[in-house]
Amino acid sequence: MHELAVTEGMLKVVLRHAEMNKAKRVVGITLRIGEMSDIVDEWLKRYFDYLSRGTIAEGAQIIIERSPAVFSCGDCGAEYIVNLKAKDKFSCPECGANNVELISGREFLVQDLQVV
Amino acid sequence: MDNIRLIDIREEILSDNQNLANDIRSKLRDNQVFMLNLMSSPGSGKTSLIVETIRRLKDELRIGVIEGDIDSLVDSEKIVAEGVPAVQLRTGGACHLDAPMIETALESMDLKTVDLIIIENVGNLVCPAEFDTGATKRAMILSVPEGDDKVLKYPLMFSVCDALVVNKIDYLALSDFNQDLLKERAKMLNREIEIMAVSCRTGEGLDHWCQWLRNEVMNYRNRL
Ligand SMILES: Nc1nc2c(ncn2[C@@H]2O[C@H](COP(=O)(O)OP(=O)(O)OP(=O)(O)O)[C@@H](O)[C@H]2O)c(=O)[nH]1
Ligand SMILES: [Mg+2]
Ligand SMILES: [Zn+2]
Repeated sequence: MHELAVTEGMLKVVLRHAEMNKAKRVVGITLRIGEMSDIVDEWLKRYFDYLSRGTIAEGAQIIIERSPAVFSCGDCGAEYIVNLKAKDKFSCPECGANNVELISGREFLVQDLQVV
Repeated sequence: MDNIRLIDIREEILSDNQNLANDIRSKLRDNQVFMLNLMSSPGSGKTSLIVETIRRLKDELRIGVIEGDIDSLVDSEKIVAEGVPAVQLRTGGACHLDAPMIETALESMDLKTVDLIIIENVGNLVCPAEFDTGATKRAMILSVPEGDDKVLKYPLMFSVCDALVVNKIDYLALSDFNQDLLKERAKMLNREIEIMAVSCRTGEGLDHWCQWLRNEVMNYRNRL
């Protein structure tokens, strides 16, 4: 639902770095978004096409890399991926412990840019 | 033919919002003001909890409220009736509040005259989780009729909050809501989260909630 605001923020970051690097044009943008974030790729791309018109990022290809939700078990030390969409259990699949911690899956980054 | 260059950035997508949120936090610190961002689905009891909190804490803390919910004055009128100033944001159907909106709201408040600001965020468990408002702490409400499986559906919200208020426990007897399961799941996503069960209808648990909030405000001030 908040893809428009996210895309606006993303475009600002992209243009700022493109200018700092004296880029003539941005041709590719890689985002890293954790599975914990509810962002619909399709919307983000559409909003981007719309918002980037007339900027040096117009037409850039957006690649969204998803990082999985990874938990770590405080009892046995296992690290495991939880499929949030499938509503997997959060508890440790190795030993069954609930003493676990989310260690990744909240990334929300502009990773890199491809510019000319 | 120009060569394509790869520039490594690794910057937060919402870094502009984040930076402004940090500025807001430092301005609040300068004025010794604690700000709570209160989030939940529509109708979970945000306004009711704010009203009950005002009634219990207004003699010890000077409270102000920022109303972010849809452009209606219904909620802010309830706050003003409690003798507390409320700023109604014109959000025009936005799905969340962000740092620029809170900055605007704070401009119309005199920070010298408040100790605690409570933000009633837009009723939504998805979008508000992603946007830092500059608040000192975040709390969410889940009400019993919504069901105990919401942790699975909105994990981000549960993972970013400092407190989870389970409201409408007067409905527990009528439902299959499993408080233990909810706690177990929420703690797996967020070890530090403080979970409190309340009813704004019967008053049960509200003193516990107010004690948590009072402690947070006092700890914050002592650290300044
Ligand atoms: N039974 C019961 N009803 C409650 C409780 N807390 C709130 N309500 C009722 O739930 C309804 C919604 O409460 P509000 O406080 O307006 O909830 P809200 O989250 O501010 O709602 P919006 O701002 O419209 O999203 C009202 O009719 C309240 O009286 C409770 O603990 N028990
Ligand atoms: Mg309300
Ligand atoms: Zn284990």
